[in-house]
Amino acid sequence: MTFIDYYKILGLSKKASQEDIKKAYRKLARKYHPDVNPGDAAAEKRFKEINEANEVLSNPENRAKYDNYGKDWKHADEIEKAKQQQQYRRSSQQTGYRDFGDEDFSDFFSNMFGQRGRGSQKRSAQFRGQDYNATLELSLEDVYRTHKRTLTVNGKNIRITIPAGIKNGQVIKIKNHGGEGIHGGPKGDLNITFSIINRTRFKRDEDNLYLTVELDLYTALLGGEVVVDTFDGKAKLKVKPETQNGTQVKLKGKGFPVYKKEGQFGDLYITYQIKMPTKLSSKEKKLFEELAKLR
Amino acid sequence: MDLEYFIPVIQLCEQYKVEASFFNQLHQVGLIEIRSVKKNQFIHEDSLVEIEKIIRIHRDLNVNLEGIDVVLNLLKKVDHLQSELLKAQNRLQRYEGDF
Repeated sequence: MTFIDYYKILGLSKKASQEDIKKAYRKLARKYHPDVNPGDAAAEKRFKEINEANEVLSNPENRAKYDNYGKDWKHADEIEKAKQQQQYRRSSQQTGYRDFGDEDFSDFFSNMFGQRGRGSQKRSAQFRGQDYNATLELSLEDVYRTHKRTLTVNGKNIRITIPAGIKNGQVIKIKNHGGEGIHGGPKGDLNITFSIINRTRFKRDEDNLYLTVELDLYTALLGGEVVVDTFDGKAKLKVKPETQNGTQVKLKGKGFPVYKKEGQFGDLYITYQIKMPTKLSSKEKKLFEELAKLR
Repeated sequence: MDLEYFIPVIQLCEQYKVEASFFNQLHQVGLIEIRSVKKNQFIHEDSLVEIEKIIRIHRDLNVNLEGIDVVLNLLKKVDHLQSELLKAQNRLQRYEGDF
């Protein structure tokens, strides 16, 4: 077990008064409380540390144990008990009294602690359990179609349907799959954030897709046909004569599926990038020079 | 009035160990909606998540109700800005690799 410096967590020295502890705790709690830092796991972790530090240091009895026994403070009573037991054994051996068995002695203490534990129980407010946050990485191809996935969260398998068209950074809430409720309250939720990795040539903006297609000079000048990739196949496009570099063509309904709207798709925008011929032959060069003279 | 999705305030008082006046104060500050039917008060179940958040902020951080109102409004703004940022980041991906 590693030693946790509760004073350091609260930014205090060992000489801090109860008022200093209260003030430091309140200040840090306001900063790191999970409700004011939603989705921030680091803040949540820090808040738990601050809470733990406060629970120990704000209770004078616990604080004294912590100051005396450090990381073993939780076992302070047992350590004290063991010390007393040793002393008792020594004295009983000297006086010839019968020694009690270890079992009886510890039972006595556990009963005492047990009673104290029960006695301190009070009726507490019921709250929803903690929300769990998870990130699921999927490819752009994965989210083109609605599909099912089985996730393992805290050892439990959860089968979820991922609707086509889900966006990068989008969060899906799965009710009652979070932490157990507090004092019998309902379970928290599981929030899954989707991280969509795009390794395709298509660029996505909301439901629209964008693709740059190279066009040879002669097709651009004289017109013709070109076959382009769509996300799920190919499409044949007519190219108008004298098409300019950077011309954009819209292919309606060939974009990405619209989230939770079955059968609806965004558009695919094709941008023509005209590829100039290189390594011209002397004949080609001559013909281009003639063309240039005509303009 | 159909009360299928409404929970009696008295039941929530028991669950969260708070006085009924607390819910009335939340209503007065405009943090929650309370429906009254024949001297009984009800809260819609959709408000529960927000109510729990309010109780935690109030108890854990000692923030008064006006302060909670400010906190919740700022959190809404943060949430809106985060979604705008995400949208802009997703849009930027369209131009990545073009330069």
